[in-house]
Amino acid sequence: MTTLSPETAATGLLPQLAHARNPGMALDLDWVAGVQANTSAIERRCATLGGRRSVKKDWQAAWLLKAISLIDLTTLSGDDTPGRVERLCAKARQPVRPDMLAALGMTGLTVGAVCVYHDMVETAVRCLEGSNIPVAAVSTGFPAGLSPWRLRLAEIGESVKAGAKEIDIVISRRHVLTGNWQALYDEMREMRAACGEAHVKAILATGELQTLRNVARASLVCMMAGADFIKTSTGKEAVNATLPVTLTMIRAIRDYQDRTGHKVGYKPAGGISKAKDALLYLALMKDELGAPWLQPDLMRFGASSLLGDIERQLEHHLTGAYSAGYRHALA
Amino acid sequence: MTIKEIFDSMAYGPAPESNAEALAWLAKHKAGFGHFINGAFTAPEAPFETRNPANGAVLATVSQGSEATVARAVAAAARAFPKWSATPGPQRARVLYALARLVQKHSRLFAVLETMDNGKPIRESRDIDIPLVARHFYYHAGLAQLLESERPGMQPLGVCAAVIPWNFPLLMLAWKVAPALAAGNTVVLKPAEYTPLTALLFAEISREAGLPKGVLNIVTGDGETGAALVAHPGVAKVAFTGSTMVGQRIREATAGQGKALTLELGGKSPYIVFDDADLDSAVEGLVDAIWFNQGQVCCAGSRLLVQEGVADRFHAKLKRRMDGLRLGDPLDKCIDMGAIADPVQLETITRLVDGSEGQIYRAATPVPQGCFYPPTLITGLTTSSPLMQEEIFGPVLVSMTFRTPAEAVELANNTRFGLAASVWTENVNLALDMAPKLKAGVVWVNATNLFDAAAGFGGVRESGFGREGGWEGLAAYQKPARSARTLKPLAAFPEPASPEVPAMDRTAKLFIGGKQARPDGGYSRAVWSPKGRLLGHVGLGNRKDIRNAVEAAHAARGWGKATGHNRAQILYYLAENLSARGAEFAARLRDLTGKPGEAEVETTITRLFTWAAWADKYEGAAKPVPMRGIALALHEPVGVIGALCPDEAPLLGLVSLMGPAIAMGNTCVLVPSDPFPLAATDFYQVLETSDVPAGVVNIVTGAPDELAKALASHRDVDALWSFAAAPLSAMIERESAGNLKRTWVNNGLARDWRTAEGEGREFLARATEVKTVWVPYGE
Repeated sequence: MTTLSPETAATGLLPQLAHARNPGMALDLDWVAGVQANTSAIERRCATLGGRRSVKKDWQAAWLLKAISLIDLTTLSGDDTPGRVERLCAKARQPVRPDMLAALGMTGLTVGAVCVYHDMVETAVRCLEGSNIPVAAVSTGFPAGLSPWRLRLAEIGESVKAGAKEIDIVISRRHVLTGNWQALYDEMREMRAACGEAHVKAILATGELQTLRNVARASLVCMMAGADFIKTSTGKEAVNATLPVTLTMIRAIRDYQDRTGHKVGYKPAGGISKAKDALLYLALMKDELGAPWLQPDLMRFGASSLLGDIERQLEHHLTGAYSAGYRHALA
Repeated sequence: MTIKEIFDSMAYGPAPESNAEALAWLAKHKAGFGHFINGAFTAPEAPFETRNPANGAVLATVSQGSEATVARAVAAAARAFPKWSATPGPQRARVLYALARLVQKHSRLFAVLETMDNGKPIRESRDIDIPLVARHFYYHAGLAQLLESERPGMQPLGVCAAVIPWNFPLLMLAWKVAPALAAGNTVVLKPAEYTPLTALLFAEISREAGLPKGVLNIVTGDGETGAALVAHPGVAKVAFTGSTMVGQRIREATAGQGKALTLELGGKSPYIVFDDADLDSAVEGLVDAIWFNQGQVCCAGSRLLVQEGVADRFHAKLKRRMDGLRLGDPLDKCIDMGAIADPVQLETITRLVDGSEGQIYRAATPVPQGCFYPPTLITGLTTSSPLMQEEIFGPVLVSMTFRTPAEAVELANNTRFGLAASVWTENVNLALDMAPKLKAGVVWVNATNLFDAAAGFGGVRESGFGREGGWEGLAAYQKPARSARTLKPLAAFPEPASPEVPAMDRTAKLFIGGKQARPDGGYSRAVWSPKGRLLGHVGLGNRKDIRNAVEAAHAARGWGKATGHNRAQILYYLAENLSARGAEFAARLRDLTGKPGEAEVETTITRLFTWAAWADKYEGAAKPVPMRGIALALHEPVGVIGALCPDEAPLLGLVSLMGPAIAMGNTCVLVPSDPFPLAATDFYQVLETSDVPAGVVNIVTGAPDELAKALASHRDVDALWSFAAAPLSAMIERESAGNLKRTWVNNGLARDWRTAEGEGREFLARATEVKTVWVPYGE
């Protein structure tokens, strides 16, 4: 069984269905124009976070296990094969060595989802059958999002048809860079519609949007257009998830919830490879957004190597001795 | 709790910093601490306990320094002074460098000990206080290296007394000790009664830095020990950080003793949030402003002014953030706020808040038992609410709204204090327009509580005077090398037996607000030449004339906004018009003093040129602070300056004081030479013809003691200078305590106004305040 938040368990729904989906709203350009993001102040907040929040011993172990439950275990390589994806899915079902998991007093821990390209969706769905682990597909001409519009929309449909429960779309960065919020909104709206029941994560490619003000405004427009999640990066930009970008995006999520009542999830992706980093992200989510955003229905890590570091830290927690990578199953 | 339970709740757990090493150090000293005098610890005397405020545990016993102890420490410092002050700067730099290194090497021990003694979160002592301490010593090692070449002609003061507070124990030690030692002074420091331990540890390690015996002495004790130190006649300078009330008492106690004084006192610093600010970041800024060190920070942004249109939204965001703040064991690495420094302080905070009007919101966060106080916000207050004016020195924020930038300035400045201010807006035009208008020594744009050794810190108004940090901070520990000469009093020439009366009566008036005015009292005094000729009558001004002159000077404050170029033009024009009447003034000076006046007139014209030259050249600085941003040191006018002009140079003396004052944008009230006042009253005709705006220069003749007293006690005079021969220095310094106006008095010593002693950077510094404006940037 997968790790469900208490409310999910009670309703018996899939993790991604624990709360009402964000229906979106009409584009409110005044709101978008009024968004501010002071880079220096945001950086200062992030720079002191590590000094303000620290989890140790059992708490650290529990938080790291939580981080695992939020990972979208990902492979997005040109050389992906069914065999590679099968191995990844097996790791998704059993992310931590059973003896360690038992020693930690945990059962049934899985990652949040498996994230692949469209061609690998079918394999992943087959491998994860019965696990309740959803398959996420990157889509819409990932990572650049510059293929023909109708093909981008069609790609979503194909992946949903193949069994993807979550679609990670990429936005047209040019709409942000030129301030064409209407175009961004319309594009997002249509992509959301194309997803149907599947949840849509809007990848902003924050590294290419450059400024935090752009990030804040793009976040808001995507939420207005009905994104279920907003996600930082494809993992292919020069700069991927960072704490300042995270703070900017989750503050946008909070404002959106304050004004509309709708909860939108957050997914930092790319560059989070250390257990310590994951703890910082979780602390930021907890402090800025609160406990609901520490569950897989509202928080994911897009990561491929993070799990390995967490496994080593967990073994260190259990034995007191630093661990080695080869003692844990390869993803 | 099991891991599974934590996994479900995602609670924070304990994350304690070990205090084993600190406890071991304390155990080593369990017999009790003595004082650190002449390089060694004394035997303990009159022990009292210092406690951990978070749990009440006794940490150590320390000694209550008596008057005799203080005397021993001052004597040791005095003995060490000749050699230390003669030690070349680069050699002193090495000692300061070693101190910086030693602080770094023992950084965690210092941090843990500070947190145990003071109750502040380990994050703050570890990430802020101690790194700033090390930075301060590094920076001042550099100043010691450079000061001989960069500040020639300056010398150290002597024995410096430092009395420091409990809120930043080691950091305040660094702020006092580093510049004092860099400049070649020796120090006797008294740490706060609640928090003496890091100073004692510092004393211990200072022996490994090559600091000669007696250069740094530490005497522990309470306020009485501090008072004895401040009062000691062997002390040349007093540097105090603490409450405004105690600062005022120190000002009074040291009046007339010739001691240099810097005071860094209380505040009620405004935190201004405009509707175009990044509101979330402004909320987070408040966490660093008023919930930093439990709000026990002199420059805490404790007075929130938020633009009305966003006030509700801002308060809602703020309350939510407050609820997320974690209080707990200060040694825990996962808390935001620790303990209040002492139960007495907790009681004060509790009493002030409980007695307040308005809506009191206490954060919905668990508050541990003991000496803790929750983050608190009080809304719905007005300017007339006591807590909008009084410093609480605790984690309590008071809030008000404003409508326009102009109103924000007005409300921000509606306070006796003037330490710091924060301005939050994304509009650079607005931010840079606000910064100069705020009455504060430090302005942070879109930030708060940024500190660095390179950037001056200090206040205006009743927040004290003097700067700490930067070259401007070093200046407070040096004086011009000059031999002291006693100033001989000059008497007016007496009325002769048979007066010689001129053909035409001449009436000199006061000059107030650009108009010639009769003295309020209706009294005049005759002025005689040495040969018994009646030169005219001079009005005897009184306190009401001073009141009128100060009002006129305030009405003319627009002068401070005139460009330096504009002010220079007027000063040049004054020189030109004086020159045109040079012969007349020379004759007047001869009539008054019996000595030829040509040279004085000529020097006066040159001096006006000098100040005209300076008017647009006393540049500020962009401080190289370790961040992405700029910290501007702006030279701002002090405000309204009163000046008792020298008796012996009736024209040159007056112009030597007026010149720097008005060149730097101040307005002034001048009391001319008592025995020879008529050169000054002639001079107002030059002022009238030289486009000097009304009220910029006011001249009130009369008895110096009476006028000086009126000026010194006037709460709306920002600075008072006295170079009169009358023994006014003590009275002026004592009376100035009322509003802590800056004083510059001669202490009965002479100055040769004809030479470089009568002009220069010393005058520029006295005529300006350094305002540090921090502008972090980045998009």
